[in-house]
This record gives sequence, structure tokens and C-alpha cells, in this order.
Amino acid sequence: MSPGSPPAVGAIDLAERRIDFYPTHEIAGFRLRPGKPFPFGATLVPGGVNFSVFSSHAVACTLVLFQKGAAEPLAEIPFPGSFRIGHVWSMMVFDLDCETVEYGFRMDGPFAPGQGHRFDATKILLDPYAKAVGGRDVWGTPPDWSSIFPYRGRLVFEDFDWEDDRPLEIPIEDLIIYELHVRSFTRHPSSGVKHPGTFAALRGKIPYLKELGVNCVELMPIFEFDEFENSRRHPDSGEMLYNYWGYSTVNFFAPKAGFAATGRLGMQVDELKTLVKELHQAGIEVILDVVFNHTAEGNEMGPTISFRGIDNSTYYMLTPEGYYFNFSGCGNTLNCNNPIVRNMVLDCLRYWAAEFHIDGFRFDLAAILGRDPWGAPLANPPLLETLAFDPVLGKCKLIAEAWDAGGLYQVGSFPAFGRWAEWNGKYRDDLRRFLKGDAGMVGALAQRIQGSPDLYGWNGRGPTASINFITCHDGFTLYDQFAYNGKHNEANGESNNDGANDNHSWNCGWEGETSDPGTIALRLRLIRNAWAILLVSHGVPMVLMGDEMGRTQHGNNNTYCHDNELNWLDWGLATKHADLLRFARLMIAFRKAHPVLRSRYHLTNRDYAGSGWADITWHGTEAWNVDWSGHSRALAFLLCGRHARRGTVADESIYVAMNSHWELRSFELPAPPPGTSWHVAVNTGMPSPEDIFAPGTEPRLADQGQFLVQAYGVAILVAR
Amino acid sequence: MTIETRVDGDHVVAQLSGDIDGKTAPEVQSRLLAALASGNRLLVDMRQVGYLSSAGLRMLLLLYRQVMAKNGRVVLVGVSEEIRDTMSMTGFINFFTLAETVEAGLAALG
Repeated sequence: MSPGSPPAVGAIDLAERRIDFYPTHEIAGFRLRPGKPFPFGATLVPGGVNFSVFSSHAVACTLVLFQKGAAEPLAEIPFPGSFRIGHVWSMMVFDLDCETVEYGFRMDGPFAPGQGHRFDATKILLDPYAKAVGGRDVWGTPPDWSSIFPYRGRLVFEDFDWEDDRPLEIPIEDLIIYELHVRSFTRHPSSGVKHPGTFAALRGKIPYLKELGVNCVELMPIFEFDEFENSRRHPDSGEMLYNYWGYSTVNFFAPKAGFAATGRLGMQVDELKTLVKELHQAGIEVILDVVFNHTAEGNEMGPTISFRGIDNSTYYMLTPEGYYFNFSGCGNTLNCNNPIVRNMVLDCLRYWAAEFHIDGFRFDLAAILGRDPWGAPLANPPLLETLAFDPVLGKCKLIAEAWDAGGLYQVGSFPAFGRWAEWNGKYRDDLRRFLKGDAGMVGALAQRIQGSPDLYGWNGRGPTASINFITCHDGFTLYDQFAYNGKHNEANGESNNDGANDNHSWNCGWEGETSDPGTIALRLRLIRNAWAILLVSHGVPMVLMGDEMGRTQHGNNNTYCHDNELNWLDWGLATKHADLLRFARLMIAFRKAHPVLRSRYHLTNRDYAGSGWADITWHGTEAWNVDWSGHSRALAFLLCGRHARRGTVADESIYVAMNSHWELRSFELPAPPPGTSWHVAVNTGMPSPEDIFAPGTEPRLADQGQFLVQAYGVAILVAR
Repeated sequence: MTIETRVDGDHVVAQLSGDIDGKTAPEVQSRLLAALASGNRLLVDMRQVGYLSSAGLRMLLLLYRQVMAKNGRVVLVGVSEEIRDTMSMTGFINFFTLAETVEAGLAALG
């Protein structure tokens, strides 16, 4: 790759070269010409690479080239003054070996923190638009802390053969989302797949996901992050603690090399695309959990990796004194409503949608995306509007975690522009409280089951604005939700001070593991209740990896730092809790079999189909009569099958009875539609396999007048 | 990298030994394309190839497309397990027919 070496891939005989890719300059032995400002980043062009980078406040810029992995630069090429247009430096460099070159920039400019500038020409900076990053190629390999350039931009071929694949565009009301961490899903020795902990290994588990029945995976962060960011030893145990979950982005355009079995070969892009393509072939969408609220650079004490050194005052929200606003709780806040940063976020998401065929995005601490550069919430945040109306993202799911660490809570009021859905934190909390037997929850439960019309009805957003979940990566697993009253986060090395305290959990009378059969049975019933209610609720259900087989974090509700069995899914649980896994699979199948559960529009409580029943009617231990009082713990509802999908399709009517009282309750049944009788689909009070029946095999109920629902039990009947 | 090609009717047999990466792939590509001028069935003997980089994979895919455009076939012989693994994880493997031995490869070429 040095001058005089044989031409590399893409090198073209000068005689064949198009005139607009003809070198015009030579610096440091490299042949160059002025580049094209767009697109930003490094782009392969005939015979060379076009580099383009912008900074509103830098005064000079140098391209620094390395051989892959080399400690010292191969060359430094200052951008000639004539190569800058506006705030953009661009240059075409010819005859590079795209596979072995790594690149960064030096930016020269004022170091004046009070004015927001922190330029440092001694630092070699990662291109914010790099499509791949070298330097952390293999997960967990201890880094060279003395490296002058730890995170290195790399070039990628954008020539993947997608054949006929494109994003699946499954209607959002039909989604069943499965949240997983790429490494945790297959890293455990029990996973039985090659290259555990990687994209390739996840591909090997597609048959499992298909059998479970989910049609969407939501991947916890897969943009390049550094597991060694703030890594430390536990003060007592000496266990290594990492930035394991990865909610701290180094670069927004690059998939994490350490999640790819081929990362050491620099093929993480192809490996991830192959995974997406195969998931699509299995009918499974891919949503990425994206973290645009902050970066891995932290506050002024953190490392200068990229943004800080390239254009600090553009990329970050700064106080008048030049310190970092911390609405993310992670040291800095990305300045998302600065027009330049807004464009970067848009470029990024367009790239993932177009180049990786990603089906949707879940935005971590998304309330931050609605703050102005000084932190004030905006009425019409331009970034959220831009994403909602963007043509490339036109079919992508956009999901907001509608709060941030700065106290802005927007569940029900997130600026949606007709497009945004929300993680419904109220669904999570109300369901947890009802499930554990809190009194006075039936009114709230009725709202949540209908897709939270109290939050999304008045503004016309419909139930699909609500991502319904009871558990997610943050907090207890579903098993721990009913095994622990309090969090047990000592392993995190923060004296149990980290993690949420409002878990609304219940240990069923014993804190942690027990051999008492009654307690175990109750816990497994409560888990089934959660699955059952979640999957008959209007809105979009999301489940957490492993909750279908009783995954435990031993009471730890904040396992962000553990590369060990606290996070790794033990596939042996699929055998240990085979009955629960069967229940989860069949509950998913039940939802898929019944369009009456999956409406894009809120229920009306009216009979507009002329069936004799309103689309939803409410019942209790007495038919047609609900005890809405503060001490009630029982609720039932009836969905009229004639009203499925606004009356456009025929479905069976479904009756659901929920009892969170400590005693069993007899529910008087409303009469089924004429010519039909009630059949039992689900009864969590029964042992497996009578706890659930596959669609079409439900036994007819002997007593059509009433149904006994176990203490802490859920029953689901279908009329046919 | 050494490249030996022989043409047998409309069969082109190429024996490669060494690493195929960004530096060697262009030469492999031009030599094989030249050999393919007289045939449309390509057997690439890779028993002596220790390393195949991303650029090497793309070169093979380009050859594959050239051959397909001539209604031909491509068979790769003796691909090491590691390379096969990499090809599988990056989605390239679906485009190729693989064989263990040259004889089996020739049979697969038809």
C-alpha cells in the first residue's frame, strides 16, 4: 500500500481511469484529488477512497492513515486549503488497500472549554461516519491502553447481495417483539451453537425463535461500543465488570465487531447482513435498540474519541460555562436538535434501513431527542418530526423510550407525528401491581388491556402506540419478578445502590430460590398469568429473552456490567421449564390465531357490527357487572369476534377472567353468541398440559354458566 | 500466491496456493478471467489456500457472476473448514458448489 507497491483491489490502470477519478495532487507519496463533500465518511470510488469530514469550528484537518493494527501511522496527509468547502474537508486518495487501511483525523482548532471548544491536534479521532471500527475486534480482548488511536475507522464494501430481501413491513399491530442481547442469547455453554455470543450464533437459533412464534427481535445495542469503557474489578469478588450491555456508543454507523465471529477478519458488516437476511426469510423482523442520547466520551473527564475533538460545541449540549449537560445520566448529552447532529442521526438511520434492511428502531431515553440545545423540551421537536416523515424510514417502526434521566417523562405525550410508538411504562407498572395482588388496580388494568386509551385515545394514536411489556432488560426478569421483593445488586459493586427500586415485585413469601413446591407452583402460575394477559392485551406485546423459560438474574435488576451467567441465557432452562416454554409458545400462537386481539384502533365499547354485543364488554364475578371498587382484584372482559379488525374479519369471541385475589373466585359467564359454547383455551390454575390448549383443540366447558378461577389465576375461553 | 490454470474443453481448472487477500485477489481475478475466455465451467482448487479475505470472497463472487452470465458453473474444491465457516457466516457460501476432491468437483461441473 506504500508508493510503488502493486496496485490493490479496485486499482485501475490510469489509462482506463475516468477523468473525474484522476489524481491531481501528490502528498506524502499518495496520489490525490479534491474530494466530494457528500456523502460524509469514507466512500469507495473507482481506484480510491473519498474521505469527507465536517467541523464548524476546526481550522485545519489532517487525514491519518494506518496499516491495520499498526501502532504508528503510515502517513499523515493534511487537507490542502483548496480541498475545503464551507465546513467540509474532502479528499480522494488513490491506490489504498481497502482491507488493510485504517483511518482517522486530526483536527486543529481552539481549546477554549468556556466557549465550548476542546480541539486537541495531538489526538487522532475516529470519523463519526466510519462504517466499521477496528481496535476492539474480538470481544473481551484486553486493549492496549497506550494506543495513540484505539478506535480506528475502517472501510467496508457495500455490495452485499440481498437478492429479493427487503424489510418485512409486518403491520405493527401483528408484531410480537422479543428483546434480546446478542451476546447473552448464545454465549452460555449450553447454547450448542458454533461461535457463541455472535451474530452467526444468533442465526443458528432462528429455528428456536420460529418455533417460539415471535415475529420480531429487538437487539440491544449493536453499534460499536467498548466493553472496556469504565471496566473495573468488583471490590470484593475481583470479578471483571464491563460495559456489557453496550448502552454507550462509540460510533453510530458501525456494527460491533466483537459481536461478529468474523470481526477479527473485519467482516462484521457481512455477518450482520446475513443474519438480518435469514431472520427475514424466517418471517422475523429486526428492530435495533439505538442510543442517540449520549456517547462513550462521557463528560470533560472522559476520553476524546471522536465527537469531542471534531466539533464539541456542535455535537454536545453544553452549559453556558462549557460543561456537559447530563440528561442521559451518562456524562454527556448528544445535541440532537442541532441541525447538523439531526442530519447525522437521519443519515445514520437511513443507512441502517437501506443498507442493513433494518425494520425499526427503539430509541433509548428518547425524551432527550425532544430537548432543545439548552435542554428545554420542545413542542415540535424537529428531529422527531424529521424521522417521522422521512421517505427512507417511511415503513420503519419508530419506538420511543419516552423518558430520560433528566426527569422528562412523556409516556402518553411523546411528540408522535402519527408515527411514534412508546414503551408503555404505565402498562409495565400497572400490570405488575395487578399481578402481585395489589387492590384497586382493576380500573387501570382495564385501560392497559384496551391499549391504554387514557394515554393514546384522546390524541387518536390508537393502541399500536403502546408497546406493552411487563419486563425488559432494565429490571427483574419475569421469574425474578415473583421470586424477589427487593433487588440484589451487590454483584454490581455499588453496594446495592444502583438499579430501580420501584419493581412492584413479590417473592410469594420467600426471598429467592426455594424448594417449597407450593411457592414454586405459585410463581410459575404468576409467570403464566403475565404471559396470558400480555398476549391478550391490545397494543404491541414485547417479551424479554428467556422469560419463556424462567430465566433468573438471582434478584439482580441491573445486570448491565456482567459478562457471565447473570446475563447468559442458560438453554438448559428450556428443559427444566419445558411446561412454561410450551405455555409461552401456545400463548403466542393464541394471539396469532385471533385477529380480535390485534386491532389498529381502540375499542369503542359499542356494537357497531350489529352482533348484539359491543366490541368489548366488561364483567366480574358477576356477568355484566364489574366491581370497580378499591378492594377489587377480579376483572373479566369479553371481546366480540364479529368486531375483529373493526368488523372486517370474523373471529371467535374471547372471554378472559383474571383473579389476583388470594382465594379462588367463581366467575359467572356471560352467554356465548347463539349457536356457540365456551371452550377452555387457558386456565393457569391447572397443571400442564391442561394449563393451555393449542388453537382448535380447546375442550368444551361442561358448565357453561360459571367458571372457577384459581387464586392468582387467569382463564381464557373461546366461543365456537 | 501461485496460480496454475489449465483448460480442458470448456472446463477451466485453476489451482491456487497461498493467501487470497486485497493484494493477491486482483491477479487471481485477471488470470482466471483470461482463462475463462475459452470455457464457462470453472473449478477452483483451493486445497492450498490458507486465508481468504473479504476482498478474496468478493473476487470469487465476481468470477461466479461472470461465469453465470455465460450459463456456466463454478465449483470450489478443498475449501478449509475455517474458510467454509467464514463463507457461511458472511452469506457467500450459498452462491457456490463445494466439493472435497478434484474428481468430485469435475463431476459436479458436468
